[in-house]
Amino acid sequence: MRHTISVLVENKPGVLARISSLFSARGFNIDSLAVGETEDPQTSRMTIVVKGDDSVLEQITKQLNKLIDVIKVSDFTDIKYVERGLALIRINAGKANRGEIIELANIFRTRIIDIASDSLMLEVTGDKDKLEAFIKLVSVYGIKEMCRTGEIALARGDNKRGE
Amino acid sequence: MIDREGKVEITGAQILIESLLKEKVEVVFGIPGGPALFLFDEIYKSGLNFVLARHEQGAVHMADGYARATGNVGVGIFTSGPGATNTVTGIATAYMDSVPLVLITGQVMSTLIGQDGFQEVDITGITRPITKHNYLIKDVSELAKTVKEAFYIASSGKPGPVLIDLPGDVQRAKYQFDYPKEVDIRSYKPTIEGHIGQIKKAAKIINNSKNPVLYIGAGVVVSKAQQEVLDISLKGQIPTTNTLLAIGAYPYESELSLNMLGMHGTFWANKAVQAADVIVAVGARFDDRCTGKVMEFAKNADIIHIDIDPSSISKILKTDIPVVGDAKVILTQMEPYIEKKDRHEWIAQIKDWKSQNPLRYNTDDNKLHPQYVIEKLSELTKGEAIVTTEVGQHQMWAAQYYKANGARKFLSSGGLGTMGFGFPAAIGAKIGNPDKEVVVIAGDGSFQMNMQEMAVCIVNDVSVKVIVINNQFLGMVRQWQEMFYNRHYSSSCLAKRKSCPPKCNTPQYGKCPVYVPDFVLWAKSYGADGLRVSSKKDVVPSLEKMLASKNSFVLDVKVEQEENVFPMVPVGNSLDDMLIFHG
Ligand SMILES: Cc1ncc(C[n+]2csc(CCOP(=O)(O)OP(=O)(O)O)c2C)c(N)n1
Repeated sequence: MRHTISVLVENKPGVLARISSLFSARGFNIDSLAVGETEDPQTSRMTIVVKGDDSVLEQITKQLNKLIDVIKVSDFTDIKYVERGLALIRINAGKANRGEIIELANIFRTRIIDIASDSLMLEVTGDKDKLEAFIKLVSVYGIKEMCRTGEIALARGDNKRGE
Repeated sequence: MIDREGKVEITGAQILIESLLKEKVEVVFGIPGGPALFLFDEIYKSGLNFVLARHEQGAVHMADGYARATGNVGVGIFTSGPGATNTVTGIATAYMDSVPLVLITGQVMSTLIGQDGFQEVDITGITRPITKHNYLIKDVSELAKTVKEAFYIASSGKPGPVLIDLPGDVQRAKYQFDYPKEVDIRSYKPTIEGHIGQIKKAAKIINNSKNPVLYIGAGVVVSKAQQEVLDISLKGQIPTTNTLLAIGAYPYESELSLNMLGMHGTFWANKAVQAADVIVAVGARFDDRCTGKVMEFAKNADIIHIDIDPSSISKILKTDIPVVGDAKVILTQMEPYIEKKDRHEWIAQIKDWKSQNPLRYNTDDNKLHPQYVIEKLSELTKGEAIVTTEVGQHQMWAAQYYKANGARKFLSSGGLGTMGFGFPAAIGAKIGNPDKEVVVIAGDGSFQMNMQEMAVCIVNDVSVKVIVINNQFLGMVRQWQEMFYNRHYSSSCLAKRKSCPPKCNTPQYGKCPVYVPDFVLWAKSYGADGLRVSSKKDVVPSLEKMLASKNSFVLDVKVEQEENVFPMVPVGNSLDDMLIFHG
């Protein structure tokens, strides 16, 4: 099962290395990892997407909590949360299908951020499902290059658990 | 120097030493070198008690042995690069067994980090997975606070080693010295008290059980909960088994004592665990050497797990009732809820197992069996000596036959199984307990991994007694090869020379080439005493001589070469599927 966990950490050098080496040393698989500062510059929030059953997740949570620089670990599995990722996609777009692609881009509310003679670069945001649906759709035109961020997530405001 | 606010400023090196003194550090182990020289200059001036080891691994094991024997934090100071990398095995050994250490390494100038300068290694990177926490200090203003934190982290919760990497410029930089009184780390707050609801639930399950077993580990020693364990076990008449690291924490001879469980545990401990309807694990982590095949471990038992480390709960085995917190505190909370019981049927059953298969070896022949040596050592010292072990067969025989009278009297590398641990650990233990007898039970293979530390014994008047259980083999390896690899003694014979048949598996005293080194001559070359024993009748008189000696002593005991450790649960077997000694 796919889990999104949110880890609040001290914003100190080496913290990312501690967390990523914990995952490799303990044999946990990371789907994606995104990290950035929070509203408090002394802390960072990492959003880690992992696959595993409940017992694996329990271990991941406990092992993360054991790291001295980890302030709080929240598993978003059972709570309401918002998740977003970003993809930059350069698609083959000649004269023949350029219109079609732009239409598709509009439907998905993506932005065209670079135009070349034979290609377009699109910026797509959304949850994992939306990103994947879009990527699948445009792949028929031929994806020349793609780059994706890991998902970032925050719990919704009306939750009791999480934050 | 005085800063703008009128406060006295001292160097980073001085701050470090002042901080160590604030922590009441009695002794520091280590070896100097380039990027730590500024610091060593301050050590010279300070009069800090510094023990110069002969290898950094030895120094870390000394700090570790000191910590295990005293309960204090062990401290080491090293140089960068090779000095730092030499500490790695020692750090991993301490990490696996939750031993509190604070280790300081010198580092190249912080401005030069990352340039592959002379003797630069990323020691915080290297030790990240084997320390509880580590620090690279780039600003001298952080130093005192960091040392305070390091001692706190090392010794609280589940203890462990903490490393501080200290660049040369930070050693020299000046700052006021203000040692913090309190530590407050918002992200690190170990749970001490147990959840009372969980405790009551656990007590109820224990009270309703017929065949409960207490399974105690190093956590009991760390939290000094021996008395509380004994109280509960007596009140509820709960038989108690211990891990390798908890040897001595429960009275060996008690009717309720099951002694050690696991791969080389007693027949009755393993039987009892498998037949239990409740297992109460206290400060133990279900290591695979204890559980055998996990799926089969105590299959019909409810598992109650008391541990300060939440991550050790349900890591190996699904726990029914977890209780997170300090063992001593939780057992004290639990005691009133434990009902007095008379579990005579269960205890009779255990007695029966004990008499069916007691610990035994061949006592009818007149040969010199290694178990005999340890049995006699145990009798002569009444279990009052601090015994350390190396790793291998002798370690297991020591665990089985040395009746340590109290906790912190049996020191052994459990989790990592580090050959070369026992001798330097004994030196540290003796430095921490100058009035106690300290004896190493060593294998001839392991002893050779850190025997250079004899110099430390001699130059510091630290008297350590070493019994080399000399079978001329990497004995535990040979045992596995005998049992599971058709007696292919591949690279396990320590007497083997170029002149031997390449596939020899028929060792024999007298026929095999002369063994090197001659441990007796070797000991004497350092100024220690040495004696060789090769017959059973000489064992007791030589042990007496060794124990009477004020000097460090090496007793080289030429034992039966192909003796095996029994009982044995082969890897992959369930605990009750044991190989038993048949005379
Ligand atoms: C540093 C290290 N290297 C290798 C091993 C693997 N090993 C485990 S026991 C053993 C043999 C130990 O021989 P010895 O010290 O002579 O003790 P004996 O088993 O003969 O009593 C070896 C090589 C280890 N545990 N530690």
